[in-house]
This record gives sequence, C-alpha cells and structure tokens, in this order.
Amino acid sequence: MTSTPDVPPAPPQSDPGAAEITTAFTVNGTPRTVGADTRVTLLDALRDRLGLTGTKKGCDQGACGACTVHVDGRRVLACLMLAAQCDGREVTTIEGLSREGRPHPMQDAFVRHDGFQCGYCTPGQIMSAVALLREGRAGTDEDIREFMSGNLCRCAAYPNVVAAIKDVAREGGDHAHL
Amino acid sequence: MDFLRPTTLDEALAVKAQRPDAVPIAGGTDVMVELNFDHRRPGALLDLTRIGELAEWSSSDGQISLGAGVSYTRLIGELGDVLPGLAMAARTVGSPQIRNRGTVGGNLGAASPAGDTHPVLLATGARVELASVRGRRTLAAEDFYTGVKRNALEPDELITAVHLPIATGGEQFAKIGTRNAMVIAVCSFAIVLRDGHAGAAIGSAAPTPRRVAEAERFLLDELPWDAPAPLADSFKRRFAELVAAAATPIDDVRGSAAYRTHALGVLARRTLTWAWDTYRGSARACA
Ligand SMILES: Cc1cc2nc3c(=O)[nH]c(=O)nc-3n(C[C@H](O)[C@H](O)[C@H](O)COP(=O)(O)OP(=O)(O)OC[C@H]3O[C@@H](n4cnc5c(N)ncnc54)[C@H](O)[C@@H]3O)c2cc1C
Ligand code: FES
Ligand code: FES
Repeated sequence: MTSTPDVPPAPPQSDPGAAEITTAFTVNGTPRTVGADTRVTLLDALRDRLGLTGTKKGCDQGACGACTVHVDGRRVLACLMLAAQCDGREVTTIEGLSREGRPHPMQDAFVRHDGFQCGYCTPGQIMSAVALLREGRAGTDEDIREFMSGNLCRCAAYPNVVAAIKDVAREGGDHAHL
Repeated sequence: MDFLRPTTLDEALAVKAQRPDAVPIAGGTDVMVELNFDHRRPGALLDLTRIGELAEWSSSDGQISLGAGVSYTRLIGELGDVLPGLAMAARTVGSPQIRNRGTVGGNLGAASPAGDTHPVLLATGARVELASVRGRRTLAAEDFYTGVKRNALEPDELITAVHLPIATGGEQFAKIGTRNAMVIAVCSFAIVLRDGHAGAAIGSAAPTPRRVAEAERFLLDELPWDAPAPLADSFKRRFAELVAAAATPIDDVRGSAAYRTHALGVLARRTLTWAWDTYRGSARACA
C-alpha cells in the first residue's frame, strides 16, 4: 500500500451528518468554486448556487433528459452527478452555447423548425443534439431518433426536433460556429 | 455524508477497508437515484471515477479483461466487435446519456435481476474479479449473484474487472420492454455458441439472473456441431420449452408471470436461430 488518504471517521449512526465540500470547476469557460453539502447534485449546484436555471429538472432520476449538460465534452445527466464529482472538470450548459451574442446554430434551428412547444425539455434537447452531431449520429432519421431517445418531450415536438437536427447536420454541424 | 475520492485502486481499497460503510459510486446511474429520493443515506460515498486502473481494458490469450469502470459507450465503441453479445446488451441500457456514465461494474454492484449485462456474462462464462486489501479473487458470474439485488461482495471489497472470452461463434442478447429505449427489461435472454460451449441465461425472470442448465445441455448434446445445418422448427421449440421451464417469474407492474414465460420462449427461439447462423458462418469461414 502506498499512501493512505485521510479518511474522516464514520459519523454517529443517529446523525447521517451534513458535510461540506468545495468544488472548483469550469462552467461555460469560467472558473467557479462552489461550497456545498456533499449530497448536492450538479443540477442543483448549477440552478441554485450558480443561478444557471437554463438546465431543467424534470424527474431527478435520469429518465427525462431535461438536465442534460456536457461534462468534459460528453453529454451526461446533471441530476445523476454530484457537484463534488465535477472537481477539476469542464461543464457546459445551455447558457454556454452562444458565441458573441449569437445563438448556436442548433438553437437557431430549433426556433426555425418549431422544435418545441412549452420549451421545458428544450435546453436538454439542444445539449443532447449538439453532442449527437459530434458523436456522428445524425446520418439518418432513425439514428437521430435512437440517439435522442434519452430526451423526452411532453409536448411531443419530436418530428420538429429531428428536422432541426437534420438541418444543422446538413449545414456541416456546429464547427463553423464554434 | 463524507465524500471520498481516491485516485488509485490501492488507495480505494485502503479506504474501503477502513470505511466498509462507504458506498462505491461509479457512473452513479443507480446510486444517485437512491440518494435523490432518499432511499439510501450512506455515511460516505466512495467515488471511483478518478481511478484510472478501473477505466481500462486489456486483451490476452483470447480473453478481455474489462475494467469495472469502463462506460457502456466505450465498451460499445472499443469492444463491440470482440464482445458482440455484451455490446448488444450495453446498447439497450438506458439512453446515450446513461451509457456515457453507466458501467458494467455498477450493473454488477446493483445486481438487479433485470440488469441487462447479467444474462450475457452468464451465457459467455464470464468471471468477476474482486479485490480488497486482503487480496484478489475471481468468481464465476453465476456464483456472484446471490439473491434479489444481492451479490457476493464482502464489505471491504470492490469489483475491479470482468474477464470474458473474445467471441468466436455466435452471441445474441434480446430484451422485451415497453419501448425501445430507457426501459427496464420485462424479460431478457442471452445465448452464446462457440466450439465446445453453449451458454444460455435469462434475466428478469427469476430472483437472480440465471443460467438455464438443461437448455444449455440440450444445445451442447443435440446441435449438429460437426455439420452445421439450419435447425428444424421442432428443435427450436424444444429449446424454447426448456428455457421457459427454467424461469420462475413474478407478476408485477412490468408484466405478468405468464407473459414473461411466453416471451422468454419466443426470445429463445429467435436468438438461437441468429446465434446458430453466425456460428455456421464462422465455421464455414474457418473450413
Ligand atoms: C433512466 C435509467 C435507465 C436505466 N436503464 C437501464 C437499462 O436499460 N438496463 C440496465 O441494466 N440498467 C439500467 N439502468 C440502471 C443503471 O444505469 C445500470 O445498472 C448501470 O450499469 C449502473 O452502473 P453505474 O456505474 O452507473 O453504477 P452506480 O450507480 O455507480 O453503482 C451501482 C451499484 O454498484 C455499486 N458499485 C459500482 N461500482 C462498483 C465497484 N467497482 N465495486 C463495487 N461496487 C460497485 C454501487 O455501490 C451501487 O450499489 C438505468 C438507470 C436509469 C437511471
Ligand atoms: S432531471 Fe435529470 S434526467 Fe430528468
Ligand atoms: S416542448 Fe414541452 S416538453 Fe418538450
């Protein structure tokens, strides 16, 4: 055994115990530090601590996709990650997609194609769609549907979401923009 | 709740020995749901996501050693051609976001009877590697599942890897669910055919994922291995009956016991046909 890390003693049984932890990470290109209870999810840290309320909470259990963000470039569910797990990592949210005041092409395409109705699922849909393009999954409608299957839309804007993604894929994705 | 984040496996095992109450968290796709809904209040979480050793795989002597922390997305992308059965199961897990985080180690840790990787691990004859400060041991997958959401892990142990043979014949996994994505299996089935080996296992149809020994023996004894020809319908039906007979499913919100038993038979018939076709193709290619 090399080094044994400091292990705090087990808290008494009656008090599961609040413990604070400081997390330093990059959010939308800006270094941020959050001190919070160890149980705070990335989703709650973004919304309640950093005031980034674009990322939505639909279910808090991984089933709806409304909380989709990018961590180190991959799409993940912010409700299923602890803020503390993001120490040193790069997080991108819907607020971080625009450049020089101009929306991301995917945001434009969702507007053009009416890819939403109430808009609650939309930040998650767009974060997923941007990642899907990068993953090279926009080749066919079937692929788009399959690889958007983790994002539910109560308003059933699905056909228009597919149309928006196809449009951006046809124009060569987001590279021109980013 | 303490949050412990070791960066090496040795460190993690030392921590687990000192704090057996610490709940490991890999992708978090099971653990976080329990935390968010207050189904579990652990005194500590042991974050495994910073341990490089757990996120690696290697291959030697026709075997893959798959680190417990390799995500489903990486498994599909990097090992899909050598572990086709496991990759099929991985593709059906959750959604792309879930697959970017979820791991086979986590599937084993949760040991749900409905976990999608279990039937494949059983059918291919995988071994689960466990480690603690006391040393390492490996268990056959069938000895790992001990009850509903129970497994053979000791309180000071972590799952480090799964060892499984590179596919040389046919492998299939199939699952019934209410839709194509994001569903827990109503029932599932895996079959692996290679020279000298016929493995078959069921998921979501008994208290634990389980092998179907009689159906396996039937395949080993009765398949025309030396002169692989297409199979008669009666042969497939006999296999399906043996598979269905081994199930002890329950009625629940996802499906009735009767439906599960029926569906398992259908999955068994179809996957046998596909796996045997692949086996025949590989046998021809070698001849
Ligand atoms: C929306 C949604 C859909 C899902 N769909 C599916 C599905 O289709 N099929 C399916 O099979 N599962 C599904 N799951 C469940 C889950 O994604 C899988 O079980 C996944 O494999 C868990 O892996 P993880 O790394 O996220 O595990 P975690 O949540 O990190 O851990 C799960 C359990 O394993 C333990 N553990 C993890 N790693 C280790 C280790 N190395 N050593 C010891 N113990 C360990 C943890 O302590 C915990 O008890 C779904 C979950 C969600 C939220
Ligand atoms: S809020 Fe995270 S998936 Fe629904
Ligand atoms: S636009 Fe209303 S939920 Fe999708």
